[in-house]
Amino acid sequence: MWKLLKIELFKIFKRPRTYISFGAIAAMILIIQLGLKFDGKSYLQLLMSGISDSFYVPYDMILNGYLVAFVILNTLLIQVPLLIALVAGDAVAGEANMGTLRLLVTKPVSRTELMLAKFFASVVYTVLLLIWMALLALCLSMLFFGTNDMLVVRNDVMEQISRNDVLWRYIAAFGYASVALSTVAALAFFLSVFAENSIGPIVSTISIVVVLTILSEMKIPLYDDTVKPYLFTSHMLAWKGFFYSKANGNGQAIAGSVENMPAILRSLGVLLAYMIAFVTSAIIVFRRKDILS
Amino acid sequence: MSAIKVSNLCKHFNELTAVDGLSFSVNEGDVYGFLGQNGAGKSTTIRMLLTLIEPSDGEIEIFGLNLHSHRKEILRKTGAVIERPDLYKYLTAFENISLFAQMSGIRLSRKELMDRLEQVGLSERAHGKVNTFSLGMKQRLGISIALVNDPQLVVLDEPANGLDPQGIADIRNLILHLSNHEGRTVLVSSHLLSEIELIANRMLIIDHGKKMVEGSVQELFKTPEMIVEFQAVNADKAMTIISESSWQKFFSKRQEDTLTFKLDRKDIPALNNYFVEKEIGVLSIRPVHSLENYFLSLTSSAQHVEAFKN
Repeated sequence: MWKLLKIELFKIFKRPRTYISFGAIAAMILIIQLGLKFDGKSYLQLLMSGISDSFYVPYDMILNGYLVAFVILNTLLIQVPLLIALVAGDAVAGEANMGTLRLLVTKPVSRTELMLAKFFASVVYTVLLLIWMALLALCLSMLFFGTNDMLVVRNDVMEQISRNDVLWRYIAAFGYASVALSTVAALAFFLSVFAENSIGPIVSTISIVVVLTILSEMKIPLYDDTVKPYLFTSHMLAWKGFFYSKANGNGQAIAGSVENMPAILRSLGVLLAYMIAFVTSAIIVFRRKDILS
Repeated sequence: MSAIKVSNLCKHFNELTAVDGLSFSVNEGDVYGFLGQNGAGKSTTIRMLLTLIEPSDGEIEIFGLNLHSHRKEILRKTGAVIERPDLYKYLTAFENISLFAQMSGIRLSRKELMDRLEQVGLSERAHGKVNTFSLGMKQRLGISIALVNDPQLVVLDEPANGLDPQGIADIRNLILHLSNHEGRTVLVSSHLLSEIELIANRMLIIDHGKKMVEGSVQELFKTPEMIVEFQAVNADKAMTIISESSWQKFFSKRQEDTLTFKLDRKDIPALNNYFVEKEIGVLSIRPVHSLENYFLSLTSSAQHVEAFKN
């Protein structure tokens, strides 16, 4: 299994198009960082328009590396599924398109092993992409903007997190995001089994994620309890929960606390359930599939 | 002992029956020719032998083991090139062979892998990307990959497809080498029937997924009935005379000044004498032994004739 995983990773990272994602992420992060470096105050004024009328807002202190990383994460984690689908959607369909799938299946490895190796290779790619994102979004922002207490704006309420209490939250958020994006990878991987050209699964994955995200964000009471809790897209942004801490009697954030950990764990469970369902279904379909490509 | 034993193999794709109750056996050391027109079911059968397609019915035994229950064990001793030599174009020849050696569970040193490429004349291009290779080079690399695990059974599906005459000759020599010098069993399908005639010792002809004939190539060609082409000076007159005689029933077709007959070997002199008696000048008599005509002799379908003319 380890040998197959190494082979799959070798193939992924030998393809020039794999690096498009890393380049795209670097470009987007640098553009956001440059924009905030030169006009961050305007951005913050827009963000805090509801609060700044009532309170004095020290923009220079607020605009630090932690906040910039939060802004980047909030912006990019919606776009990254497209980049994940580029690789995961290609896992089986791309091989069928190249004609190499029939060669792989005639080798003395089981189809289940082959599929698991391909999926785990997609997960490794996803995690590496997130590590790359973390390095650029967090480390580079800390370098460019410095560090200070982090301000989180939620429903027109400002919450302040001590600078010493931030880093672990980012690690947890990136960990959660890797599960969320691996679920997207699992969906693309599942759709890839049915196609003999990777464009189909990539476009289908993006379409599904976009449609379900719109459904998750719609403010229709009927869907709130009946549909939304069951959509994986409703749980993809639950990483933000790590930045919402419990407050003490004075309304100050308690260091090391998370306001609603059970909700985060529940969301994590939903994502894992979807991931397992997608991968298991992909394996079942592939085991029975006639390779005609 | 049989290297391959296929019993009552069937494959249905919805309403279409691609393979219909096919049974055959390949002996160890055979170069076994697998023939049939396009769509006859050759590739489907080969894909079932390689576990790419699940049979609808029937049994496959390879090296005396059931393919379904001993898949890995059998595939470890099998190498294959299926139709086009599709490989990872963005990888080099060396990276491709190294990758598939690992997948086959084989540990080969760098030198051993280079030796494998040397055997097919690709050592100088070992570090060239496959997308810069000609079809012939890709085919040689595909064969090298098929042989990387020293398989006892080599399955080649249409290996000469798209190759130039030199490439076809190279494949032919390689197959003969694999059988004569290395003792491997080779199953080879091709629509270049003359190629099969030159390399196979046993063969199977299938049509519409069914077995038409199976046996030794030598014995199958010993059939008394054969196809003979008579080239006449006056073909129009010859046609008239034949149509009025008892030879009419042996007449097959006419192409310009050549009249083709399907008749018993011993009757050739008698037909020639008949032409002489009727003052028809015979320019040449050419018995046609090719497998293609043998195949055509088994079927009267015009569809087959057209298919093989193309």
